[in-house]
Amino acid sequence: MLEKALKGGKLYWAWVAILLVFIGIGIAAYINQFNYGLGLTGMSRDVNWGLYISQFTFMVGIAASGVMVAIPLYLHNFRTYGKIVIFGEFMAVAAIVVALLFVLADLGYPTRVFNVILYPSPHAMLFWDMCVLSSYLLVNILIGWTVLGAERKGVKAPKWCRILAIISIPLAFSIHTVTAFLIAGLPGRYFWMTAIMAPRFLASAFAAGPAVLIVVCMIMRRFSTFKVTDKAIDALAKTVCYAMIANVFFFLLEIFTAFYSNVPSHKASLIYLFAGLDGENQLVPFMWTAVVLAFVGLFLLLVPKMRKNLKVLPVALICVFLACWIDKGLGLILAGYVPNSFEEVINYIPNPNEICVIIGIYAIGFFVLTILYKIAVAVNETGIAFDHSEEYERKLEEAGGEH
Amino acid sequence: MQKDMKNQNSMERRTFLKAGAAVAAGAAVAGTLSGCHGGPITNKADGSEVVEPKAKTRQWGFVIDVPKLNELGIFEEIKEACHAYHNVPDTGNPKTAVKWIWEEEYHKTFPEIASEYLNEEIEELGFPVLCNHCADAPCVRGCPTEATFKREDGIVSMDYHRCIGCRFCMAACPFGARSLNFSDPREFLDEVNPEFPTRSKGVVEKCMMCSELIDKGETPICAAMSQGTIIFGDLNDPSSDVRKALNENFTIRRRVELGTGPSVYYIVDGGEA
Repeated sequence: MLEKALKGGKLYWAWVAILLVFIGIGIAAYINQFNYGLGLTGMSRDVNWGLYISQFTFMVGIAASGVMVAIPLYLHNFRTYGKIVIFGEFMAVAAIVVALLFVLADLGYPTRVFNVILYPSPHAMLFWDMCVLSSYLLVNILIGWTVLGAERKGVKAPKWCRILAIISIPLAFSIHTVTAFLIAGLPGRYFWMTAIMAPRFLASAFAAGPAVLIVVCMIMRRFSTFKVTDKAIDALAKTVCYAMIANVFFFLLEIFTAFYSNVPSHKASLIYLFAGLDGENQLVPFMWTAVVLAFVGLFLLLVPKMRKNLKVLPVALICVFLACWIDKGLGLILAGYVPNSFEEVINYIPNPNEICVIIGIYAIGFFVLTILYKIAVAVNETGIAFDHSEEYERKLEEAGGEH
Repeated sequence: MQKDMKNQNSMERRTFLKAGAAVAAGAAVAGTLSGCHGGPITNKADGSEVVEPKAKTRQWGFVIDVPKLNELGIFEEIKEACHAYHNVPDTGNPKTAVKWIWEEEYHKTFPEIASEYLNEEIEELGFPVLCNHCADAPCVRGCPTEATFKREDGIVSMDYHRCIGCRFCMAACPFGARSLNFSDPREFLDEVNPEFPTRSKGVVEKCMMCSELIDKGETPICAAMSQGTIIFGDLNDPSSDVRKALNENFTIRRRVELGTGPSVYYIVDGGEA
C-alpha cells in the first residue's frame, strides 16, 4: 500500500519537500546536540526538563485522543465516525512517533536508551510509560493497516481487529494516565503533585486532539477526495467543547485549592505563571494569552450557531488547541521547577539549537501523518466500499439487509 | 598498590551490579512499585534469595555541627578536596554546575521552617548541603535503569555506565543534590585523579558518600577533614558516633515532611560547646 504515497500532485510534493527541509534542519541540530551534550538546550540543573519533555507530554495527549472517535464508533456503533476513525488512528501513530522522538532527543546518553529494556525497573514510572506507549503504537499501526488493507480489497476487516480496537480504548487512557504519573508522584514538586493530574491531562488531550483532527479533516475535504461529513465534524466539535469545559474546570479547581488554602508551596508555581515570581515573568504573557484563547474558543463552541458555522469553527478549534498547548506544552513542565529546592526562581530560555530539533521532530510527525493520510485517502478513493457511512447504512436498510 | 585499588574498584562495581539486579528481581517478584522498601537481598549458593529483616541493615549518615564547622572556616577546603578527589568538573556556569557538596544559607537550606526574624548568627552560617542518602530515596524509585540504587549500607549510589541521562532522578530529588554533565566534564578538569573514574557527558552524578573509601574501612573525605564537625556513622547503630551526637544535640533535617528519610542531620545551636 505504501506505493500510494508516491503518487501525488504538485501541492503534495511541495509539502513533502518543505517537510524534508525541516527534517534536515532538525537532524543537523540534533547531531550538534549529540556531539556537544544537553548544554545546547536551555535546560539547567534546576530546570532539568524543558520543551522536549513538555512536547512529549502534549503529544502523548494527542495520541490518546484517538479514542474520542473510537469509543462512539466501536462501543456505541456511532457510524458517522466510520470513515474518520482511520484518520484518528493514524494521527495517534504519528503523535506517538513524535512523543517517542522527544524522549530520545531529551536523553543525555541516547545510545544507552535500551538500558530501559535491558534492566526493566517496575518501580519506575518511565518503565511503565515505555510499556504502554509502545503497546499503543503497535496496536494502532496494526488496526490502521489491517482495516485499510481490508478496505482496499473490499472485504470486512478480520474479527481480531475489532478486539484490538476495543483493547486500544483503555490503552489510550493508560498512556496519558501513566504519563501524568511520571510527574504527579514526585515529592516536593507541588505544582505536579496533584491527584487530578491524570484527569487534567485527559481533558486537555480530548480537547486538543479532536480539534486538530477536525481541522485536518476540513483541510483534506478541500484538497483531497476524502470528504468528511458535516455531521461528523459537528459531533467531534461537541466533544472538543465538553472536554475543554472539563479542562478549564479542572484548572480552576487547582487554583481554588492553592489560593484558598493559602499554602505558599502550592501557590508559587501558579503565581510564577500568571504574575511572575522574583521578577521572573517570561511565561506571564503566554499564560494570559491562553486564558483569552480558552474562553474565546469555548464561547464559539458553546453557541450552536457559531459552532455549526464552518468558517467560525476552525477559529474556535485553533483557539482551544493553542490554549491547551500553552498550558501543557509550555507552562506545565517549566513551572513545576519553580521555585527549586532552594526557593530560587531559575528561568529557562530555549536554545536556538533546541528549537531546531523541536521543529525537526514535529516535521517528522507531519511527514508520517502525511504519508499515512495519503495512503488512507487513496484507498478510500479506489477501494471497493466496505463502508461505514450513513449513505451505505441507508442503502442497506433500503435493501432490507442487516448490519 | 595502584593495581590493587583498581581490582578492588572493579570488584566493587561487580558487586554493585549484582545488588542492582537482585533488587530488580526482588521488586518484580514482590510486585512492589517501590524498589527501596524491605531489607537487602542476599543471593544464596543454590540461586534462591533471602530477604533479611530490615532491622539488621546499616544506614550510613552524617551529623553536621554547623556553627563549629563555620567557626573553623574549613568548609571551602573540604569542598575542594571532595571535588578534586572525585574529579568533579567546575563548569563555571551556575546553570550547568556539577556539585557534590556545597554551601547554602539557612533560608535556602530550610525554606519551610525559615522565618523572617532569624537569629543573626544563624543567618550568617553556611550550611553544607549534599545528597541526603535518603532511607526511601525517590531518585532510586524513579530511575528506569537501576543506574541509581541503594546499597545495603544505605548509600544511594550510581552506576555511571548505565545512566541514560533521562534526569528523572533530578526531577525526583527534592534536595537539588543531583547534577547532569551538560557537556564533556573532562574538559573542565585541570588535573585528573586516576583513583576515581571521570564521567562522560550526558550522565547524572552526585555525592556517593565516598563509598569506595568506606569499603576500605576509611571515613568519607568531608568527615575525615572536618576536625570532628562532620560526624560519620551508622544511624541504625545505637552506639555509633552519629547516634551519640543525635542524642546530645537538637538536630534538624531538610524537608522531612516529604517522607524520604534524609540521612544528613544538622546541629544548628552549637551543641554542648
